[in-house]
Amino acid sequence: MNSRIRMVFSGSGGQGVITAAIIIAEAAVIYEGLNATQSQSYGAAARGGATRSDIIISDKEINFPEVTQPNILVCLTQEAYNTYSSIIRPGGILLTDKRYVQTTRKVDAKQIELPMYETVMEKIGKPVVFNICVLGALIGLTEILQAQSVMTAVADRVPKDFLTMNNRAFDLGLVLGAQFRR
Amino acid sequence: MPKNIRFVQGNEACVEGALYAGLDFYAGYPITPSTEIAEQLSQRLPEIGGKFIQMEDEIASMCAIIGASLTGKKVMTATSGPGFSLKQEAIGYACMTEIPCVIANVQRGGPSTGNPTHVSQGDINQARWGTHGDHAIIALTASNHQDVFKMTVDAFNMAETYRTPVILLFDEAVGHMREKLIIPEKGELEIVDRLRTAVAKDVDYHPYLPREDGRLPMSDFGAEHRYNVTGLFHDMWGFPSNNPKIVNELLRHLVDKIENNVQAITRYKEHCLEDAEYILVSYGSSARSAIHLAQNRRNKGEKIGVLELQSLWPFPTELVKEKCSDAKAVLVVEMNMGQVLTQVKAAVKSPDRVFLANRIDGQLITPSNIKQLLRVIQGRGV
Repeated sequence: MNSRIRMVFSGSGGQGVITAAIIIAEAAVIYEGLNATQSQSYGAAARGGATRSDIIISDKEINFPEVTQPNILVCLTQEAYNTYSSIIRPGGILLTDKRYVQTTRKVDAKQIELPMYETVMEKIGKPVVFNICVLGALIGLTEILQAQSVMTAVADRVPKDFLTMNNRAFDLGLVLGAQFRR
Repeated sequence: MPKNIRFVQGNEACVEGALYAGLDFYAGYPITPSTEIAEQLSQRLPEIGGKFIQMEDEIASMCAIIGASLTGKKVMTATSGPGFSLKQEAIGYACMTEIPCVIANVQRGGPSTGNPTHVSQGDINQARWGTHGDHAIIALTASNHQDVFKMTVDAFNMAETYRTPVILLFDEAVGHMREKLIIPEKGELEIVDRLRTAVAKDVDYHPYLPREDGRLPMSDFGAEHRYNVTGLFHDMWGFPSNNPKIVNELLRHLVDKIENNVQAITRYKEHCLEDAEYILVSYGSSARSAIHLAQNRRNKGEKIGVLELQSLWPFPTELVKEKCSDAKAVLVVEMNMGQVLTQVKAAVKSPDRVFLANRIDGQLITPSNIKQLLRVIQGRGV
């Protein structure tokens, strides 16, 4: 693998941004034998408010856990995009959702806009699995981890009755992301 | 899922360490950023036949663990700044009565309710002198989850060995961050169990009469022996005394049993220290940034190393003196106004070459924060 992957997931509280961050980092550690850190800044709000989580994945030791310039930036709200798009590492990947974010073309990054929310609502009809679709899209797009590792980590965290729905959301994302694989 | 590899928060690593060490009683009052410790234990302890109690406040929590420890349990509580303040009187009681217990303080910004969801290392001196009167205390810390686990086990072991409260000084950044934890197999780490008296039932037991090796065997309170426990100076029976000889001897004993064992208690790690010209002394989450910077500058040929302290009290003065003796400059990296800085300055030969690299705004100090100061000290501009 690329020796160090630095990611920032950002959006609004309640979108599952933190959960998605934990799942991908957990998949790296437990199913691929890598090191990973996941951290977040937070205030007192349970819903709403800007949410950001930093994830570092590496085959080496990770000390400083914060990300200043992500190779991969996911923005799921306009506010998150406006706040964070400028920190992307030149040449990095910036993933946004078409429904939530209007992109501008000011950053030196590969900007990928996918209709993740729309697809989830159309095919599944439950917004709760939106974050899992985003994870699928990210894996389809970047192949930073094996899809199977992430899906197993999803299965560890999701109640059994909801697993099929989550797998479906992940697969939908995987297909959406794979179209833009480089 | 492989059985022993976990991806957890630092607070969960503390829980795992405590259970590994044999914790069977927890009393606490939830407070950010330590709450996950209580939350996890409220589920885990009942599963293994242990007891979890959410008390009405932090004072009661501290008193509850002291009582439970006296009956033979391995105990802990967890809190953060404001709660740590409330526990101080009872911590002093545990010092005086020599009752083993572990207090985790996951530090947040203070004083007062301060900055609940953000990181700080402002309670270092409070851990040492928060309770009144001369006394000694043990305080341990860690910068990563594997070490959080290990230091938690060590805390329980030291509490039993020295019959003292032991403070775990973690911080919000390590407490809430998630990373890998490999839980050791049973038997991999040493566990110190309660030293119980060999005195038979109904035979006179002197709770404060040391054995030849200086240790005080305990008797589970309420079981086989009747004895007195008091926060007043006391004789070998545990009864109050203001006899000058007894007062003098007890106070010296309370301090000496810990201060005379600094070497055995000291925990630390070296990172690139062997030929370092510039030494970063750090601990807890700030040590992660110090190590990051040192490894980075090493790759560019600069001789920088890190002395990571894992035991803060009793302060490892001799260790710091020895490791820093040849350094051109020493930077103490911490998130307070210089609490460990004072100790380092007192330890080294040239205190004028010791500098503070700190950050106190609730944000984790970054490698570039440290680098900026380092460049000034190295005379390489701002």
